[in-house]
Amino acid sequence: MVQEQLAPTKYDPIDRQEALMLYRDIVLGRTFEDMCAQMYYRGKMFGFVHLYNGQEAVSTGFIKQLRPDDYVTSTYRDHVHALSKGVPPRAVMAELFGKATGCSKGRGGSMHLFSAEHNLLGGFAFIGEGIPIALGAAFAAKYRGTDQVSVCFFGDGTTNNGQFFECLNMAVLWKLPILFVVENNLWSIGMQHHRASSVTDIYRKADAFDMPGYLVDGMDTLECRQAAIKAIKRARAGEGPTLLECSTYRFRGHSLADPDELRDPKEKEFWRKQDPIPKLTKFIQEQGLASAAELKLIEQEIRAEVEDAVQFGEDSPEPPVDELYRFQFAEDE
Amino acid sequence: MAVKLFYEALHDGLEEEMQRNKDVLVIGEDVGHYGGSYKVTKGLHEQFGDLRVLDTPICENSFTGMAIGAAMVGLRPVIEGMNMGFLLLAFNQIANNAGMLRYTSGGQFKIPIVIRGPGGVGRQLGAEHSQRLEGYFNNVPGLKIVHTSTVYNAKGLLKSAIRDDNPVLFFEHVLLYNLKEEIPDEEYYVPLDKADVVRSGKDITILTYGRMRYHCLDAVKTLVANDIDPEVIDLISLKPLDMETIVASVKKTHRVIIVEEDMKSGGIGAEVAASIIEQCFDYLDAPVIRLAGKDVPVPYNGRMEETVIPYPKDIVRAVEDMLALRV
Repeated sequence: MVQEQLAPTKYDPIDRQEALMLYRDIVLGRTFEDMCAQMYYRGKMFGFVHLYNGQEAVSTGFIKQLRPDDYVTSTYRDHVHALSKGVPPRAVMAELFGKATGCSKGRGGSMHLFSAEHNLLGGFAFIGEGIPIALGAAFAAKYRGTDQVSVCFFGDGTTNNGQFFECLNMAVLWKLPILFVVENNLWSIGMQHHRASSVTDIYRKADAFDMPGYLVDGMDTLECRQAAIKAIKRARAGEGPTLLECSTYRFRGHSLADPDELRDPKEKEFWRKQDPIPKLTKFIQEQGLASAAELKLIEQEIRAEVEDAVQFGEDSPEPPVDELYRFQFAEDE
Repeated sequence: MAVKLFYEALHDGLEEEMQRNKDVLVIGEDVGHYGGSYKVTKGLHEQFGDLRVLDTPICENSFTGMAIGAAMVGLRPVIEGMNMGFLLLAFNQIANNAGMLRYTSGGQFKIPIVIRGPGGVGRQLGAEHSQRLEGYFNNVPGLKIVHTSTVYNAKGLLKSAIRDDNPVLFFEHVLLYNLKEEIPDEEYYVPLDKADVVRSGKDITILTYGRMRYHCLDAVKTLVANDIDPEVIDLISLKPLDMETIVASVKKTHRVIIVEEDMKSGGIGAEVAASIIEQCFDYLDAPVIRLAGKDVPVPYNGRMEETVIPYPKDIVRAVEDMLALRV
C-alpha cells in the first residue's frame, strides 16, 4: 500500500450551517476545558484531569462527520471527544464533579466518560485498551451487516503498544469499518515521541499491515474533516480501516498535575501559533460563511452553556453512598 | 438420555445456544477450521460460518478486548482460551474492561461474555500450561467465576453462562474432557450461583471444586469403609460463593476441609475459609483446614508434579486427623 499525504487544499464544500456547527463545537471544546482548569484549581474536581487544549481540530474534524449511531472510543483525555459526540456539557461537567447526574453517574470521573445513548463507548484510562473495544464495535457492525463506523482516538505513545499493532492486523484481516486516529502531540507525559518510537512517522506503520495511512495536519479542522470524510466513506463502503496520524500539540501539561517543565518554551510557542481556532475563524470569515459578530455571538452562547454546566454540576446531588455496589452487575439497572 | 463425553456436552451446549440466538458467537485461537484444541467447537464453523466461529490471530489481550467491545454493543461472544493460562495476556481487558467497565459507566453497558477454556494441572505439561488461575481472577470486581466438573454441569452451566448478561469466567479442567456420563436429551440449565451437594453426610464437610471433586469422592470410599460419613460439596460457583449451602453444611457437621488444586496463598480456599470464619465460627468444632495446591510453579518432572496437588490419600488422612479431635 502506497503511503499518501493528503492534499490539504481541496475541501469538500462547506455550507454556512456546517461551518457554524464546526465552530460551535471547537469553541465548546476549548471553553469547556478552560473552565475545567478553573474548577480544578478551585477544588471542584479531583484526581487526574487531562485537558485537550490545542488538539480540538481533531475531535471536531473527525467526530462531526460521524452519524449518531457511529461509535467512538477515547482515552483519559476524553472530555472533548464526548462533547463532540453529543454528550451534553452538563452531563460531562457533572461527572467531573462526581455527581449522580454525570454521564457515568459519578462512578467514572474524568478518564471514564461513557454515554450509551451517544455510542460513546468510553474514555479508557490505560494506554491502548480502548482500541480493541472500538474494534469490537466495528466487528459487530460487520457481523450484523450495518454500515456503522467505529473511530478510536489515541496518542503517539500508544502506537508503541501491542494492542495497537494487534488491532491494525485484525482490522485489515476482516476489513472492519474502523478509523485509527492518532493524535500525535509529540509527548507521552515526559517521553518524547522520537525517544519512544523507532519509526517516528506513525502513519507509515500502516504499511506493515497493507492499510492506508495518512499524515494529517491536526491543527487544521478542515484538513481533519477532509481526512475523516475520506476514511469514513471507505469504512462505510466495507473497504476497511484507515490509520490517520494527526500532528497536533497540547497547549497544557499532560494533566493538571503535570508541572510541564520539560517542554521547550520555543516548541510551545511554535505550536501556539498554529492554534486551530483562529485558523477556523479566519477560514469562515474569508469564505463569507459568517461574520465576526456572528462568531462572537456563538462564543457568548457557548460561555453561557459552559457556565450553566458548572451550575448544574454544583446543584446536582452526589450519588447516595449506600448505592456503592449498584451497577456492578447487569441485574442493577 | 445419551452418553456424552465432557467436550461433547460443551459442544452441544454451545451449538444449542448459537442456534437459538444469532448474537452468540465463538472467538478464539483455532476454534474454527481446526475445531478447537480440545474439540469443543468441532464442526461449528461449517454450520455457522467464519464470523460466528471466528479464528483469531494469537493476540489474547486484543481479541478479548474486541469481544468486550462487541458485547457492549449487543453481541454475546464466547471466548475460548486455548489454554486458560494464555489469558494472563488478556488480564488487562478481563480486569479493567470486562470486570469494571459496567460499573465505571454507571450501568450503561452490559458485557455478556463467557471466557472459557482448560486450566489446572495436567500431566507433565510444564508450569505455564498447568496454571490455576482462579485465585488470580478472584480479586477482579464484576466477574462471575464458575468451575465445571461433570459432563452434566458442563453443558448446563455453559448454557446458563451464555444467557447471563454478566462476564463469566468459565473454568474447565484439562484432564476432564474425556469424562463420560449419561445426560438428558432435553434442554436443561444449571444455575451459575449454586453449589452442588454431591454427597450428603454428617461428620465433616469437604468443600471442593473442579477435578478435585473426583479425588474427594475417591477418598470418600475409604472414609465410608471406615464408618465416617462425610458431606461433599462441589462449589461450582467460585464467585460469588454459595455461602447459604456452605453455612448450612457447617452448621450440620461442624468440621470443614477444603480441597483445591488452586494455590494455597490467596486462593479460593483462603476466601472460603475466611468467609466461614466470619459467618459461622461458633459452629466450628475444629479449625478449617485447606488441602491446596502448593505455592510453586508446577514442575515438569512427574513425581514432583504429583506432590503439588492433593490426592485421595491426603484427603483421607486429613479427615481422619480432624475427626480424631473429637475424642
